Amino acid sequence: MHLMYFTEQPMSAYPEDEGRKRGATALMFSNRHFDPVAGSRLYNEYIEHYRLAEEVGFDGIMLNEHHNAPFCMQAKCNVFASILAAITRRVKIVLLGNPLPLADNPVRLAEELAMIDMVSRGRLVSGFVRGGGQEQLATGVNPAFNRERFEEAHELIVRAWTQQGPFRFEGTHYQHRVVNPWAVPLQKPHPRVWIPGVLSKETIIWAARQRYPYIALSTAIDATKKIWELYDSVAAEAGYTGGPENRGYLQRCHVAETEEKALANARQFMWMQGEFTGLAHPVWSSPSGYFSPSYRKAFVEYAVGRGSNPRAASFEDQIRDQQIIAGTPKTVLPKFRRLLEETRPSILGLWASDGFVSNQDATTCIRLLGQEVLPAVREMGKELGLWSPFEANSPVSITQPAPAVHRNGA
Amino acid sequence: MTATAIALAVAWTTEEIKVAGSSVRLRSAGRGAPLLVLHHDIGTPEQLPLYESLARRFTVLLPSHPGYDGSERPAWMRGVRDVAVTYQALLAARGVAEASILGLGFGGWIAAEMATMAPRGFRRIVLVGAMGLKPSTGEILDQALVSYIEYVRAGFADQSAFERQFGADPSTPQLEQWDLNREMTFRIAWKPYMYNPTLPHLLAGVPTPTLVVWGREDRIVPPGCAEQYARALPAARVVQLDGAGHFVDMEQPDTLAKLVAQFVTES
Repeated sequence: MHLMYFTEQPMSAYPEDEGRKRGATALMFSNRHFDPVAGSRLYNEYIEHYRLAEEVGFDGIMLNEHHNAPFCMQAKCNVFASILAAITRRVKIVLLGNPLPLADNPVRLAEELAMIDMVSRGRLVSGFVRGGGQEQLATGVNPAFNRERFEEAHELIVRAWTQQGPFRFEGTHYQHRVVNPWAVPLQKPHPRVWIPGVLSKETIIWAARQRYPYIALSTAIDATKKIWELYDSVAAEAGYTGGPENRGYLQRCHVAETEEKALANARQFMWMQGEFTGLAHPVWSSPSGYFSPSYRKAFVEYAVGRGSNPRAASFEDQIRDQQIIAGTPKTVLPKFRRLLEETRPSILGLWASDGFVSNQDATTCIRLLGQEVLPAVREMGKELGLWSPFEANSPVSITQPAPAVHRNGA
Repeated sequence: MTATAIALAVAWTTEEIKVAGSSVRLRSAGRGAPLLVLHHDIGTPEQLPLYESLARRFTVLLPSHPGYDGSERPAWMRGVRDVAVTYQALLAARGVAEASILGLGFGGWIAAEMATMAPRGFRRIVLVGAMGLKPSTGEILDQALVSYIEYVRAGFADQSAFERQFGADPSTPQLEQWDLNREMTFRIAWKPYMYNPTLPHLLAGVPTPTLVVWGREDRIVPPGCAEQYARALPAARVVQLDGAGHFVDMEQPDTLAKLVAQFVTES
């Protein structure tokens, strides 16, 4: 198994009452409420959490990015990836990921990622995402061409990594006179690409066609199984058999010394889901053209309050469905066993704390996970044959072989 | 149906016309001088009292903008000038000469672009709350940031007029249609949002008599844009309407129909 540590890097030091007053805490929630002194403190706390995660035995650190919202302080995951490349020694740096459509120059992304891969001595996993709906608005990128830009930027980046330059690229959305970056990845054929997602069938199908592992983000167990059914059927069409090495699962998991404390802190996972401060305006999270037409009816109804959020569930439901796991190290292990037995992922991300969880509790959680949860989960993985892409040395993609040199064993 | 009603009814025909890489759905009705009517970014209801009034005086040509209101989407389109070129080709294909043009809001922008392409191509131009110019003061309301209903309501000075047209709580199919139209608007007018920085310069080459109509309570396109159009166009004058917002066509159809008929038919 490949076990990753994850935090959204919540910007918890903002006046909550202002968020409640505004009714939304994304995109247009004024950054006058952003306190850079607290921001500086939090960034540095998160860096310490990452160091600790490596120290206690995580195999990877998962990073992401969002814009204009307190729920995630990372505006650029490549910045933290660069920091981790220098301050960590062993963990994979797993970007899930760079939002490709937001890039006006994907070649620059290819360069940054190559630099991170070299500085980290080949520890980069370069995931790509479409970016949330409001991300398109925050960066002024046309949501109607989101998927086209995603696929075209991906093609350009992989070519920039694998094809010797200079070459010219004339796409629909990207045109480059000269592609010839003087920074190429250390890992060959290129860094592994994993694709995270929540909702879009199109993304699952695309990932399966590329033979990229798909990372289900906090989906319920039954929904996750349906994702694998779809992925495996596309894999069969593409000529390979889907298995654990193609499957990742990010799940929220908070552990503490007592059940009560774990549950109280786990409730913070809801902090940006309406329970505490409210979500973004629905038309921001699903601007026209961003979602596939099959969701149009559901989203217009949601946008005017006529339908429920297709992505929201209550805390109690999420605990029941194991979208949130909380407890002491001892009580969470059977839940992990169920999760692993039923969904059989080889990549498991643990989103450990969120919201207003104190630095001390967040630190304790990482320590307990490392000392008491990870070793047991690793044994379960072995018993169930959940070999990660690194352990299985699986092909990097449908067109690219497995790496010739197997650098990090984890 | 009474004899009077039969006499008053206007017969509309709908055609799909292949032109310039698109399939344009064109509705037409009436007799007399040709009048091309270009609808808003929110699309248009099938019928409006304004259209009926105009069809009694003119041969009204009412295309659905490509990709709007369920018409076939030209996936290749990238700008409002693409729509303007398509309509120029449409008029040429129909052999329509000396048409006048009525552009409503977003349709006003398309009309202005069309005029710059064929400076002597139109008899008269009427622009109503037209997008297309960067406002000197204020901003064009960005529909990307508000819900479908909020956006359309913002275009009405009188909310009861909105409710008469769409109901107090518009139906889900109506919302889907607005979402579809919004998506097409994003595809062709995302950035810069709702204006073309070269348009004011090009308008200087359009000698066509133009009437610029604006609702004084337009909360979608700042009313100051009326004067900007009048300054940019060599032969334009402005009429400001009290008690009207952006959707003058739906709020004050009789007033607008009279203004159009008078301006277009005067020599």
